[in-house]
Amino acid sequence: MGEMIKVGMADLKVCRAPDNLTTIGLGSCIGIAVYDPVTKITGLAHIMLPDSTTIRNNSNIAKFADTGIKKLIDDMIKMGASKTRLRAKIAGGAKMFDMGNNSTMNVGDRNAAACRDMLKKLGIPLIAEDCGKNFGRTVELYSENGDFLIKAVGKTPYKI
Amino acid sequence: MGKMTLDQINKMYPDVLTEIGNIGAGNATTAIANMLNLKINMSVPHVELMPVEQITGAIGSEDEVVVGIMLGVENDITGSMMFLMDLPSAHHLVNRLMMRDADYDKDFDEMDMSAIREIGNIIAGSYLSALSGLTNLKITPTVPYVAIDMAGAILSVPAIQFGMVGDNALMIKTEMGDDLDISGYYILMPEGDSYQKILKALGLPV
Repeated sequence: MGEMIKVGMADLKVCRAPDNLTTIGLGSCIGIAVYDPVTKITGLAHIMLPDSTTIRNNSNIAKFADTGIKKLIDDMIKMGASKTRLRAKIAGGAKMFDMGNNSTMNVGDRNAAACRDMLKKLGIPLIAEDCGKNFGRTVELYSENGDFLIKAVGKTPYKI
Repeated sequence: MGKMTLDQINKMYPDVLTEIGNIGAGNATTAIANMLNLKINMSVPHVELMPVEQITGAIGSEDEVVVGIMLGVENDITGSMMFLMDLPSAHHLVNRLMMRDADYDKDFDEMDMSAIREIGNIIAGSYLSALSGLTNLKITPTVPYVAIDMAGAILSVPAIQFGMVGDNALMIKTEMGDDLDISGYYILMPEGDSYQKILKALGLPV
């Protein structure tokens, strides 16, 4: 059995089988899981905000969908993954407090949209997603088969 | 007037942020204790400016289920505030309010949720009235919203709000001792130049 490596908030990590990756308590943030089925190299990013270019304070590139996803893919390729084989899954982007149309409260939706855009731009197929709604998610990414397990309070864990 | 970040303000006036936290949290805790007729020993609130990325783990384990109450703040200053407590604390307060046995811990029903919102109203109202009295600014809360979920997920909301403007978040911890210890956390998220307005109202150059 490999190690379960923890990815923090505004953080990203890359590993290969038998090690696996997890991030705990995604709220409006998004967990981006990327997987190469041949080398079994996997990467997981936990981004907080959609766009680094609109924020003055953008030194941590893992904090943003645009810069974070790019760095994640670069790190995986450096480790030996093939870009053409990469597949992505995303989860998170919840609206934890339903405060109407307050735009800062819709950051979950904007995060999810930014992740879809960035993956498309990089040519990485997004094969599954579990975004939105109003609950937090803990995710586990398994390097052996690319399974993305989602755990939420009061729900049976499910795979996407 | 230049726009200062929370980090810069904290560098210039570390005691001011602490004092704002102390007075607000002290007032709010006293209000709750009075309403529920709790005999309380309140510790001095602990105010901490911490990196945004650490806030999700600041009140314990990230996957621990907690109760979060969130309200908007309007008028002279704008933004939002959040009050968090762990599940045993929330059950304890709700049981007191609903006059139930102290060890009742079934899932919250709709009545319980409205009791939690009421607790949120009182906490936010007294916190903000302390701040308002101190600064002479008009500050009013909106209706409260409640979420019961993993601490990491609930705290991602303030983390993101602080993350938009800087690297640090301001968190205030209070403890009330009763027959059960109640720990509560306050997070204030002023928007735009609200901090500058508070400092200016206190007569500090910004």
